[in-house]
Amino acid sequence: MKAFGLAFCMGLAAAAPAWAEQSQAEQAERWRDLKLAVFGDRPVTEGTGVIALEAPARAQDASLVPITISLSAGGGTGGGRVKAVWVLVDGNPSPLAGTFKFGPAADPHTLRTRVRVDQYTLMHAVAETEDGRLFGAERYVKAAGGCSAPSLKDPKLAMSRLGQMRLRVEGEGPLAEGEAASAQLLISHPNNNGMQVDQVSHNFIPPRYIQDITVRYGDEVVLSVDADISLSEDPAITFGFVPHGPGPFRVDVLDSTQAKFRQEFPVAAGRS
Amino acid sequence: MRRRDALLLALAAASRPAHAAVPAMQEVAPGIWVRPGVHEEATAANQDGIANIGFIIGRDAVAVLDPGGSLADGQALRAALRARTALPIRYVVMTHLHPDHVFGAAAFADDQPVFVGHARMAGMLVQRGEFYRNALADVLGIDAAGDYAKPGLLVEDTASIDLGGRTLHLRAHPTAHTDNDLSVLDAQTGTLWLGDLLFVDRVPALDGSILGWLAQVASLRGTSARLAVPGHGPPAVPWPAAADAQDRYLGGLVRDIRAMIARGGDIETAVAKIGQAERGNWLLFDEYNGRNVTTAFKELEWE
Repeated sequence: MKAFGLAFCMGLAAAAPAWAEQSQAEQAERWRDLKLAVFGDRPVTEGTGVIALEAPARAQDASLVPITISLSAGGGTGGGRVKAVWVLVDGNPSPLAGTFKFGPAADPHTLRTRVRVDQYTLMHAVAETEDGRLFGAERYVKAAGGCSAPSLKDPKLAMSRLGQMRLRVEGEGPLAEGEAASAQLLISHPNNNGMQVDQVSHNFIPPRYIQDITVRYGDEVVLSVDADISLSEDPAITFGFVPHGPGPFRVDVLDSTQAKFRQEFPVAAGRS
Repeated sequence: MRRRDALLLALAAASRPAHAAVPAMQEVAPGIWVRPGVHEEATAANQDGIANIGFIIGRDAVAVLDPGGSLADGQALRAALRARTALPIRYVVMTHLHPDHVFGAAAFADDQPVFVGHARMAGMLVQRGEFYRNALADVLGIDAAGDYAKPGLLVEDTASIDLGGRTLHLRAHPTAHTDNDLSVLDAQTGTLWLGDLLFVDRVPALDGSILGWLAQVASLRGTSARLAVPGHGPPAVPWPAAADAQDRYLGGLVRDIRAMIARGGDIETAVAKIGQAERGNWLLFDEYNGRNVTTAFKELEWE
C-alpha cells in the first residue's frame, strides 16, 4: 500500500489524520452559515477577475499557513477598487481571521498574511468594491492542529520582544513619489488564542492576541486590520502602498489586553 | 509489478510472523545494542519502527535508549533485550518526545524502570501527547499504538545513571532538533547516543531551532566520543565526521534563508526553492524539506 505518511519524526503532522475531514455538504453548509453571520443577506458573487486566493493545498505548518490574495480594481465589473477584504478559515473555532481595510494610501493589489488552520478546511477571501458589492474566492487547505500547536520558541524570548515590529519595503532603490510599492510588516506577538498549554504550569495560556493594526504612511492610512486569533503568531502582512511625501511609516497595534504598541519606520533614505 | 515478483513478495510476507520480527540488533560497541529503523513514515506494516532504538548493558542493570515507536516495536525490542541478558531493566531513557522514539514505553511498564527525559518533556507531553496518540492510533489502530510514559527522572542540565561499572552521562540540550533533546555519553566506549540530534541518510527534521541545532552539534563535536548512534541512519557512525552532511544541509538552509529574507522574499518562495540542491542527498527529502524551511524561516526572520 502507499504509505499514509505521518510526519512523526518531527512532531506536528502537517499531513493531518483522516478524522479531521468534513464532507463537501458539511463544508457548503458551514460556509452558508458563516456568510450569513458575517455578511447578512448581502450576496457574495464568484470573484473571478476581482479576487483570487492562493494557499498551499497541503500546509507545511498548520500554525503558519501563508496565503496570498490578488485583487484587481473591479475586474471590469465597474465596481471600483477594492476597499476591504475579509479572510475566513471556515473550519477554525474562530473563523474570521481578519478584516483588512484599505485606506487612501493603499495600493490594493496583493495582500499576503499567515493563518492558523485547525482542520482540513475551506478558506475564503471576500472583497468589497467601492460600490459595496462582495466578491469571494475559496481554497481547500489540508492542514490540522494549527490552533493548538505549541509555540516552539522560548516563551521568555517571545515576551522580551513582544510588540517589536519590522517593516521592509520590497525591491531596491529609493521610493518614487506616487509610485506603488509593497512592504512587509512583521509584529512579534504570540497571538495566544487560549488553546495552547503552558509547558511549565501545564495550564492553558490565557488568550492574548492582536485586535487592531493600523499602518499609516505620513498622515494617510494605508491599511487597518481587525484581527482575530486565527492569524499566526508573530503576524506577518504584506501590502501595497502609494507613497506621497517622505513618510515615515507609522504602525499602531492594540492587543486584547489593551496593550498598545507603536513603531515608526523612516523611508526618506530609501527602502528599509 | 510482474506477477512473479508479486508472488515472491507475498511469500516473503507470509513467512514473517504476524507482529514485527525480533529486530536485527547490532552490537556497535561492547554492550551497546542498536536496532536500526527503516527509512519510512509510520505505517501499519512497519509498526512505526522507524527510529534507531536499543539498549546498553552494564554489570548490574540495563538501560533502554528509546523504547520504540509503538507497543509492538517496544515489545520486539524487549524480546531482543531478554534474548541477550536477564539483568533488570532499571532505566528507560527517552531522547525526545517524538512518537517514533517513545510510544514503545508501554512495553516496559512491567519492568518498573525509571523513565528518564529532558525536563521540558513533561510539558511537551501535556501539549502534544494526546495529538500524537490519536495520530498514531489512526495508522496502527488504538491497541497497537502503545503509549508514552511520564518521565520519573527529569534532567534539567546533566545527570548520570549507573548500570554497575558503567556510567551513562545524560545531557539536556537547549532547543535544537526539538525543545527536549537529551544526549547520552557512554564514557567507557566513547559512544554518544544522540537520538534525533543526528540524522544520517534520512533528511533531518526540524521541530525546534535551526541555529540551536547547529550550535548543539558543534558543542558535541568537542566531546571525546569517537562513535555516535544517530536517531535515524546506520546503527553507528564515526563521530564527529558523520555530522558533516547534516551540518552542511542545515547550514545551507540558514545561509539561503537569510539571503532570501534580506532580499524581501516571502516564505512561499523560500519553501519552493531553498534546499533543493540537497534533494538527491537525502531520503524522504520532499516530505520534510518544506516544513524545515518554514520552521527555519520563522526563526530567522526575527534575528
